[in-house]
Amino acid sequence: MKNSKIIKCQNKAAKRLRVEQSLSLCCFMLIILAWCVLTFGGMVSEIFLPSPLQVIQRLIEMHLDGSLWLSCWESTKRVMVGWIWSVVIALPCGMLMASSRKFSAFVQPIIEFARYLPVVALVPLTLLYMGIDESQKYMIIFLGTFFQLVLMVCDTASGVDKNMINAAKTLGAGKFQIYKEVIFPASLPGLMDDFRMTIGWAWTYLVVAEMVAANNGLGYMILRSQRYLATDTIFAGLIMIGLIGLVTDWIFRSLSYLVAPWQERLKGK
Amino acid sequence: MKLEVKDLTKIYHSQNGDVTAIDHVNLQVEESEFVMIVGPSGCGKTTLINMIGGLDEATSGQVILDGKEIEGPGPDRGMVFQGYSLFPWLTVLKNVEFGMKMRKVPAEERTRKAMEYIKLVGLEGFENALPKQLSGGMKQRVAIARTLANEPEMLLMDEPFGALDAQTRVVMQELLAKISRETRTTILFITHDIDEAVLLGDRIYVMSRRPGTIREVITSSLPAERNHNCFVLPQFLETKKKIMDMLWQESQDAALDR
Repeated sequence: MKNSKIIKCQNKAAKRLRVEQSLSLCCFMLIILAWCVLTFGGMVSEIFLPSPLQVIQRLIEMHLDGSLWLSCWESTKRVMVGWIWSVVIALPCGMLMASSRKFSAFVQPIIEFARYLPVVALVPLTLLYMGIDESQKYMIIFLGTFFQLVLMVCDTASGVDKNMINAAKTLGAGKFQIYKEVIFPASLPGLMDDFRMTIGWAWTYLVVAEMVAANNGLGYMILRSQRYLATDTIFAGLIMIGLIGLVTDWIFRSLSYLVAPWQERLKGK
Repeated sequence: MKLEVKDLTKIYHSQNGDVTAIDHVNLQVEESEFVMIVGPSGCGKTTLINMIGGLDEATSGQVILDGKEIEGPGPDRGMVFQGYSLFPWLTVLKNVEFGMKMRKVPAEERTRKAMEYIKLVGLEGFENALPKQLSGGMKQRVAIARTLANEPEMLLMDEPFGALDAQTRVVMQELLAKISRETRTTILFITHDIDEAVLLGDRIYVMSRRPGTIREVITSSLPAERNHNCFVLPQFLETKKKIMDMLWQESQDAALDR
């Protein structure tokens, strides 16, 4: 009796998941359908909007000559390096800010200030200081994500249940132990969300970086295509960035389950 | 004397003036004694126990444990909170081991001792469960085991059963009474529940409303073994009525103030 009830529940959950997945798929289908109607129906010039077929053809061509994967790899590498630097520095910085009022008072104003500087406005300076080599691109991505990430990490770490920290104190935990054994593990799920958000922004700044001074990468590919009116290549580039974004998001969601399986989740998410 | 609180006062400074939360509180707890503090909500009970635990700083006065004035929180005063505050990423066993791990007790001894206390609170078989899989009563059992396993000089409990349903609460009260008898741990327990105070306490401090002061101390006349049968004993009802009258007077005064 009880078992059959559990199975029923599981079936229901599985069914709901299937419905949700097909809805997500539907959304993509609708957009592609609209795209097909617009292009194959001849409603827009193919200079402005290439047909899906043209874009796929272009993707296959670039796959065959290897340029597609090279661009993807170059761009992904830049995003990863710039973003990882920002994580490596923002993580301890944000954690320290969350628990030391003095440190927070020391760095907060400059971070708040820098956060509002548009990264695009810093591009000339990075070019001047670092030239057009790879480090300049890492720098742009770093600048674009770091200041936000510090504040997000600080926010997440400050949100740790005060009672849990008090419990640890009365159990004899020292200051460093509280960081390591309580604040860090308790903030992990929130940190994963912060990481997921900022790596998305990193892609935005990557395109900024590659549009200014690069000779490879997806952003460069898109920019160069504009010159030759190769809208099919532009769309191919956009689709690749979107797909990489989807995959990244999925990886971070799975990682979040992996590092914090203890979380109580709402709505079975 | 195990614990002595001398003239403890807490004044909160705010823009709208100073608020006295606790006003010259004096109390004593003997070795192995089970002492209750009962008072109306908002009388500063939690502030008081947090100051004893070292989590909150007193404006003036002293807290003396084993003849030494306390400075900040420490493993000598184990605290149990209303909100359980378990570490959700650790299993029951790891939660109970936490304090010993912080004090660098060898892993083997840690596990052995933790298992002992898990058994004491009746959670055998749940060592590897995560807190999210446990009910409220079970979570509080883990919290008690976690604090006891650290072998504190005394236990400070801040309305630990406040969030539990009535039946579970009685079960937990009996369990705590049993632990107190068996382990002879010194316990200072704060509650607003008069029944709980009368059932568990060897002595009961009754607090007034804000600013919190000690109004009276009552020594319990209940038999040593406390269980749900005590609820209908004449001594129980007598003490309960005495405290009710005091607290009723307090709320009466409070109503007239406004």
